[in-house]
Amino acid sequence: MSSISGVESVPSGQPRTAAQLSVALPVLAVLLASAVFAAFVALYGQNPFTVFGLIVQGGFGSSFAWQDTLSRAAPLILVGLAVAIPAQAGLVIIGGEGALVLGGLAGAVVTLPFAGAHAFPMQVTMLAAGALAGGLWFGLAAVLRQYRGVNETISSLLLSYIGIAIFHHLTEGLLRDPASLDKPSTHPIDPSYMLPMLPGVGVHAGLAVSLALAIIAHVVLRYTRWGFGLRVVGGSARVARMVGLAVNRWVIGATFVAGGMAGVAGAIEVAAVQGTANSSLIVGYGYSGILVAFLARHQPLAIVAVALLIGGMQASASLLQRRLELPDATMLVFQGLIFVCVLVADAIAQQLRENTRR
Amino acid sequence: MTAPQVELKNMTKRFGANLALNNVSLLIRSGTVHALLGENGAGKSTLVKCLVGFYHPDDGHIQVDGREHRLNSPKDADALGIGMVYQHFTLVPSMTVAQNLVVSGARLPAYINWQSELKRLAEVTKKLPFHVPLDVRVSQLSAGEKQKAEIVKQLYLGRKLLILDEPTSVLTPAEADEVLGYVRSLTRAGELSAVLISHKFHEVRRYADDVTVLRRGASVRTGAVANLSDDALAEAMIGEPVSKAVQHAPKLPPKSNIVLSMKQVSVNGDNGLPAVKDLSLEVREGEIVGIAGVSGNGQLELVETLMGQRDRSGAIAVSGVAFNGTRREIARLGVYGLPQEPLKNACIDRMSLAENLALRNFDRAPLCRGIAMNYGALTEQAAKLVKQFRVKAPGLTASMSALSGGNVQRAVLARELTQNVRLLIASNPTFGLDFVACEETYRRIVEARNGGAAVLLISEDLDELLGLVDRILVMSAGRIVHEVSADGADKRVIGKYMAGMKAA
Repeated sequence: MSSISGVESVPSGQPRTAAQLSVALPVLAVLLASAVFAAFVALYGQNPFTVFGLIVQGGFGSSFAWQDTLSRAAPLILVGLAVAIPAQAGLVIIGGEGALVLGGLAGAVVTLPFAGAHAFPMQVTMLAAGALAGGLWFGLAAVLRQYRGVNETISSLLLSYIGIAIFHHLTEGLLRDPASLDKPSTHPIDPSYMLPMLPGVGVHAGLAVSLALAIIAHVVLRYTRWGFGLRVVGGSARVARMVGLAVNRWVIGATFVAGGMAGVAGAIEVAAVQGTANSSLIVGYGYSGILVAFLARHQPLAIVAVALLIGGMQASASLLQRRLELPDATMLVFQGLIFVCVLVADAIAQQLRENTRR
Repeated sequence: MTAPQVELKNMTKRFGANLALNNVSLLIRSGTVHALLGENGAGKSTLVKCLVGFYHPDDGHIQVDGREHRLNSPKDADALGIGMVYQHFTLVPSMTVAQNLVVSGARLPAYINWQSELKRLAEVTKKLPFHVPLDVRVSQLSAGEKQKAEIVKQLYLGRKLLILDEPTSVLTPAEADEVLGYVRSLTRAGELSAVLISHKFHEVRRYADDVTVLRRGASVRTGAVANLSDDALAEAMIGEPVSKAVQHAPKLPPKSNIVLSMKQVSVNGDNGLPAVKDLSLEVREGEIVGIAGVSGNGQLELVETLMGQRDRSGAIAVSGVAFNGTRREIARLGVYGLPQEPLKNACIDRMSLAENLALRNFDRAPLCRGIAMNYGALTEQAAKLVKQFRVKAPGLTASMSALSGGNVQRAVLARELTQNVRLLIASNPTFGLDFVACEETYRRIVEARNGGAAVLLISEDLDELLGLVDRILVMSAGRIVHEVSADGADKRVIGKYMAGMKAA
């Protein structure tokens, strides 16, 4: 079913060649994508080595670059998890952007009636509201799949567009702060509710939340009966039913949790960066998250590493633009190339696996 | 070109050690319908796949109108005008009937002149005794209309020998009449010869001229339908009892406690039509009840319902408690199963052997405390089961697909039968297994029974059933049509009920 989701059975330790393959293929895919990207920038009249040098410098070359990279990695980790968790249950869900913006909107408005309260409970409330909104939005796709047979990949993508439209509708209408003139926004949250900076890192506390959730996801998927059950459901719904697992509940539950991750990402962007919900939330984190999860083979800890890599690439985009006058979309091209190469590598891996089986 | 005479001579085909066809000869006379009867796995499909060039026989040859031909690929069969109508449809649902017919041609022109194609089509369909709408999308057709369109497609392609593989299994009786009646009239008119694969005696009797009965890869009976009684056909299909495969443990009189009770259970099949109809049955403690029947009579749906994989109406109770197949009920009431094709139906391919052995109890102590899995205990349990049931595997962490069929079965036996089994549902548990694995499966089932479990054994192999069970129920068209104690069972009587005949 999930030929492209590439979930590996974690603790079972596949035969060694297969395990090596699952690491080697994404690496090869990134190298191949880099080669094509090098050709692309060469066509633009730039030296590819200069470009790669600037990417490293812009993403990881200075403490400022690291701060930028890390604050981008925080939402990328969460939207990566939002793709990886349903993948364990055999679902390919790609609608993270919609859940992220709705989570951000919920986080932005939930504390508005309570000005002047203690900060910590309000911060928790914001993240929880974001999680709930994102979870419900993703949950819809799972309900449609389990009860109406609608393909979850397509429905989640379409629901994502609907979510973004609802976001625009509300931030430009009912929930708009009349004072926000050039950029329609919700009323700003109480400044004291903003997530604090992590001491000594210069990055907001949302990064710590993301890391904590990634570690929790890793532990739950790998070391608990929930992770085990989810892999049974993802491995074969037939067999899961035979051993008495309520497949619908498992699938919908996992998808809800995944949507919650994307929703928290949105709430963090509001509570740590924007201070309000506006169109700055819609910058494509949800779509980059798909790339992060696929490149990380849907493993939560690998997602942290890949999110850093992709975050660094995105952070370097402005440097490329300033120094070399490469267009803004250059990094999107690079990301897209990587994604295509990963999908091809996955398809080849699948083929190899099936050939060895015969 | 008129209806060809096709002769298959001394066809033999092996798959590994398995002899699928053993020196089978068959004569399809010009302008006749030749029926192939036989249980699943008797070799019918293998034989016709040789005839359409899909398989290459190890031995034997094919003559069409007296000339010998080698069929290296389905293209060669196509050139000879041999075509097959499959049990399941091969039309593109999103295209109209006309489009389907035109694109089914082996050589499509780069530019399709739809007007002339449609004219040609209209000429083909004009002669039909029934109406096939050409400009309707296939997805909107009923099953009967689709099957008719399949046959029209073969005629349009100029096929002269039609092979029909259980063409009526998805049709209503009226639709079946129409489809087969049409094939019959075409053969009578000398335009076609046909091979009809069927399980249904009345179809063979009504629409076929000749019949050949296959059993375990060999042709055991052949002749004109008119000269063979239903009795003779049933006997040939089922065969004489071979030496009993299993030595029974001395039978104990079954205890009176009813373990499984089904009352008026109805289940729909995948096609949305009722597959199990108002079925009631009981299985007692210490008893093996067998369900005999030709495949496709609702047994699969019955098993899936008992395993909690299908919705149903009616009541199922285990030891007097309503049973819906939840995990808690399964553990409390002790309901376990041995499905057919265990790799596909009882194992998770991408999880390891050790994990597959834990599917029944991964969420209970000692494998799990609170929510934390104890992989040490899981591996320990797997090592114990592998040793106890002598599962041969590359290692506990090997994926299930690395195991042979017999060892997959041993792993499933180990997992299911080491639980506290009070009701065991076994569905064709030896299908596709080698002799040793079969014997072991039988032995373990009898052991479970002797240990006090109630066993429901569904099998298409009557010998297997008669060797194992205490009581036999015959299932036909979704109902139990006959019940007999294994001691007094007469194979011929059972065979008649299996074939859907009313009176004994």
